[in-house]
Amino acid sequence: MSALIQLKNVKKTYKRGKESITIFDGLNLTIEQGDFVAIMGPSGSGKTTLLNLLGGTDRSDSGEINFDGERIDGYNEGQLAAWRARSVGFIFQFYNLMPVLNAAQNVELPLMLTKLPASKRRANVETALKIVGLWDRAKHKPKELSGGQQQRVAIARAIVSDPKFLLCDEPTGDLDRTTANDILGTLQQLNQELGKTIVMVTHDPEAARFAKRTLHLDKGVFAEVTA
Amino acid sequence: MSLLNQTGSVIAMNVRSIPQRLWMSLATVGSIALVVAVLLGFLSLANGFNQTLKGSGAPDVAIALRDGSAAELNSVISREQIDLLAQGPGVRAGPDGRPLISAELVLIVDGIKKSTGTKANMPLRGIGPNGLLVRPQAKISQGRMFTPGSNEIVVGAGLLREFSGFELGKTLRFGAQTWKVVGVFEAPGTVFESELWADAPVIQSLFKRGSTFQTARVGLTSPAAMAGFVKYVKDEQRLQLKAQSEQTYFADQAERSGLLIKYFGWPLGIIMAIGALAGALNTMYASVSSRAAEIATLRVIGFSGFSAFVGTMVEALVLSALGALVGVTICALGFNGLSASTLGAGFTQVAFRLQIGPDIITQAVTLALIIGLIGGIFPGLRASRQRPLLALAS
Repeated sequence: MSALIQLKNVKKTYKRGKESITIFDGLNLTIEQGDFVAIMGPSGSGKTTLLNLLGGTDRSDSGEINFDGERIDGYNEGQLAAWRARSVGFIFQFYNLMPVLNAAQNVELPLMLTKLPASKRRANVETALKIVGLWDRAKHKPKELSGGQQQRVAIARAIVSDPKFLLCDEPTGDLDRTTANDILGTLQQLNQELGKTIVMVTHDPEAARFAKRTLHLDKGVFAEVTA
Repeated sequence: MSLLNQTGSVIAMNVRSIPQRLWMSLATVGSIALVVAVLLGFLSLANGFNQTLKGSGAPDVAIALRDGSAAELNSVISREQIDLLAQGPGVRAGPDGRPLISAELVLIVDGIKKSTGTKANMPLRGIGPNGLLVRPQAKISQGRMFTPGSNEIVVGAGLLREFSGFELGKTLRFGAQTWKVVGVFEAPGTVFESELWADAPVIQSLFKRGSTFQTARVGLTSPAAMAGFVKYVKDEQRLQLKAQSEQTYFADQAERSGLLIKYFGWPLGIIMAIGALAGALNTMYASVSSRAAEIATLRVIGFSGFSAFVGTMVEALVLSALGALVGVTICALGFNGLSASTLGAGFTQVAFRLQIGPDIITQAVTLALIIGLIGGIFPGLRASRQRPLLALAS
């Protein structure tokens, strides 16, 4: 297996008033193609910052971030946006679906950033919704769907443009146990059957069990690595 | 293509989410509609007034006033001057074969305005047999023309609409004299419709005007003859008069009085527009903050800040365009064609109809869109600066 993501000596500091808070001071991390990594850690350990760096929604102060052989740490906002659009699928805790759009339209959103014709977009939306088992709900608005169904639509949205990498921020944090396990099962399936590389931030040890390995982050350092 | 697609998607989402902020959006539409209606009301007043004055003048009728007089009321012309005018070049002959000149005088009399119940000035014009010939647009619509040498009077249809007590058959009292209304005349879209007409010699005698008049209307053979006639009046030392085409005379008056209405309407419109702008900004800021998570999500997925900006701008413009539409509709249904009267340049009432035309609609709609544009720019910039941080989206 080859590395999909590599962080080398990454430093990140935030300014809060006059105070400067160091989140990462030389963080190293390698995630292989096809890996499914759970990241756990207490509040303030740097999970969200790591998620933002991995997702290209924030920039490091120094160090290297490589993605599939492409160095992204020097990218500007526009380049990062384009990179995110083609390389990363995002899954959020509260689904973040657009309330005025139906399921199919929500799933289609990332394809609006591509040059695909409408017919191809529709075909891709159908495939993605069928993968998550919600094609029959394509015309439903988010408020007409349960929490679990909404998260499935969000997963379809994340995979519709066929990115290699899925980034999940507490994807089951808002769901009951049974539904959560369903969603995690789907993620596992995407990892095993479609070869998606997944990084999932979670507080839930049960959820972490669905991953291939779990990293514990504490005060900006990976304290323990569980195979 | 992709920029177009993503911007189109964001615009569609924004516009479709307007019902989620229904009352706030309606308040914005309402306030912009009010601005448009008020401005359009004033502009249609000015427009109707202008059109009436402009419609009053013929290009082939010269009006002669004492040199230095801007209006008929403060002009004086003698019988000798009238005779000299008749010798001018290009003067048309009337049906009787004599030069077509209408020597006239204008007095101010009181009338009671129907809308307010208050007294207002109106012009009583003394005309001769040529009075109707130099005003081909004027026609007796009810009753008959006054009989020369009698205390009979005909009233304009516009004046009849605005003032009470001038109906056909009524007896009027001006000063010591009584007059009988024997006819109603129409001269659509002209200032003459706001006048009372009687026989000039009778007015001269009853109001002790001797043999003087105030204006002379001279029918010319064609509009092309105007320049030659005007030059003749200017160069003829014995005249001491000023001649101009009736069209120019009324256009000048329209400009002065119309501007007054217009310059009152615009500042009021703009002050109200500032109020509406505050409302629009408030609505759009609320829209951006209520969609903060959505905007952040779209930014995370890869949508540009530009698309967020344009989406907000279009939403503001849609609201202002709706406001403009409502405002124009209110005006078109409520004000257009409504009759009104106001003080003209001669200190007398001019009756006219409010007129909404494409040019003034364009002006009012432009103001509405400017409100939308400014109301959208700043919230739009805020939306475009929304950082695509995952924590914000969650």
